[in-house]
Amino acid sequence: MYQIRDLRLSFPDMVNKPFFGSAPRVEVLKGLSFDLFKGAILGIVGGSGSGKSTLGRAMVRLLEPDAGTIHFDGIDISHADETELRHHRQRFQMIFQDPMSSLNPRHKVGRLIASPLKIHDIANPQKRTSEALEMVGLPQSFATRFPHELSGGQRQRIGIARAIALRPDFILADEIVSGLDVSSQAQVLNLLGNLVSELGLTLAFISHDLSIIRRLCTHVVVLNQGEIAEEGETSALFDNPQTAYSKELLSAIPLPDPNQDWA
Amino acid sequence: MTSYLSIQNLTIQLITGPLILRSISLEVAVGQVHGLVGESGAGKSMIGKAVLGTLPRALRITAGKIILDGVDLLTLSAKERRRIIGATAALIPQDPLTALNPSKRIGPQITKRLVDILGWARRDAISRTRALLDEVHIADADRVMRSYPHELSGGMRQRILIASAFAAEPKLIIADEPTTALDVTVQKQILKLMAEMQRSHGTTLLFVTHDLGVVSKVCDTLSVLYAGKVIEEARMRRFFMRPTHAYSRALLAATPTHTNPEATLTPVSNDIIKAVEQEVIEHDLRHSQ
Repeated sequence: MYQIRDLRLSFPDMVNKPFFGSAPRVEVLKGLSFDLFKGAILGIVGGSGSGKSTLGRAMVRLLEPDAGTIHFDGIDISHADETELRHHRQRFQMIFQDPMSSLNPRHKVGRLIASPLKIHDIANPQKRTSEALEMVGLPQSFATRFPHELSGGQRQRIGIARAIALRPDFILADEIVSGLDVSSQAQVLNLLGNLVSELGLTLAFISHDLSIIRRLCTHVVVLNQGEIAEEGETSALFDNPQTAYSKELLSAIPLPDPNQDWA
Repeated sequence: MTSYLSIQNLTIQLITGPLILRSISLEVAVGQVHGLVGESGAGKSMIGKAVLGTLPRALRITAGKIILDGVDLLTLSAKERRRIIGATAALIPQDPLTALNPSKRIGPQITKRLVDILGWARRDAISRTRALLDEVHIADADRVMRSYPHELSGGMRQRILIASAFAAEPKLIIADEPTTALDVTVQKQILKLMAEMQRSHGTTLLFVTHDLGVVSKVCDTLSVLYAGKVIEEARMRRFFMRPTHAYSRALLAATPTHTNPEATLTPVSNDIIKAVEQEVIEHDLRHSQ
């Protein structure tokens, strides 16, 4: 589904920008290469500032890479312009971390889910909207509610509904459960797991929570300061981490178990 | 064991009526770490704010006692209460970037409290700050004291807040989600540091968190809250081995662990929510009588 080769991306460093002249660049992704196969669920983990979200945003081309290539299903999207991207965008969708800031507070749920459908000129947006609501397990009556009337878990389901309404092949989920309580988190994760297998989706799941990655993902990429520290199948990586960084990351997780060796 | 902090039937209401805390009671012995856990909105942070006297204006304490070292804080005048709290308690907040003044260097931010509120000599305050930064394992204390908050990493900033909280040798520290904004590796360092400081200073700690994993690493005792009510109060080991309340068991079952990936992740069921809500309603009925 994705073939990424030597991906590099940098941002201007505004903190150290001289008063006159241009800002120096900070390299955030330092040459990443990996493949993501159809039907896989890829976990992207790493500390804050390791480039997880930047990588995700480059994959759905919200950011343009400095160098390197991103092939999506055989198409080179690394430097495609907006008009060209628009044709492809409905095939790769994104779910954001904070549904409160990614959903327009003045629009009702029905309109929120239908608007991407309208942008892509899809026939019968009403029907697709109600299907999407049903798929994420929300009653049809929610279509007339505003985001602020919903709980955090319900809002995140709207984010999912909005992404799946377009029937994409690939979804990027960026820290979508980190703002939720454990109970809503469990609901959203179970829902996402079911949808992926029912719809045959390919998923990239960005999270700092390795316990979630372990449950949900088939493959993992561990990022450390813009480079891949380790990648592989989830069970192999968790049972037998090869690099010092992965080991440190795994051993630092506080399990709800007073007998855990956490020294 | 005598309690250092004893909260008895504490009830907090919005001035418009709704209950925020419902007759909460808890006991924390000297030098112990007590965890307050629960989902968002359960009222865990409000307990800490009530003790420190920093409740939002819209909230009122309408019943109960907060007894700190034998003195009921709620019977004191506001001025007297501030004097006691200022000298004996401190807060470690969640987000170090909002807690630190972005336009002032680190050093003066720590010394200010010692000089202005506790009347220390400036020179003593500065050497105390340097010693504290050493104690929280900051290698180049002098450089850090001259830095601005934005020049330091999140873990470094949280170390500074810990140093600042311990500066005046408080007997009680309230830590409100102190590691929620940090990476797991940094979180581990910070939790270890807090435990080390808490033990060596003999401080009593009230630890607010939503993370049961963190509780099992740092707390001696804990209270589980739901909708402003204590659902279960327990010693830490007993809680994780044999949680007695159905809601506590459900909360544990909803927490993912990477060591047991095959176990199904069960959200808290509607039946349990209903049962807990029923307890809340019964409490409110008794309260209104």
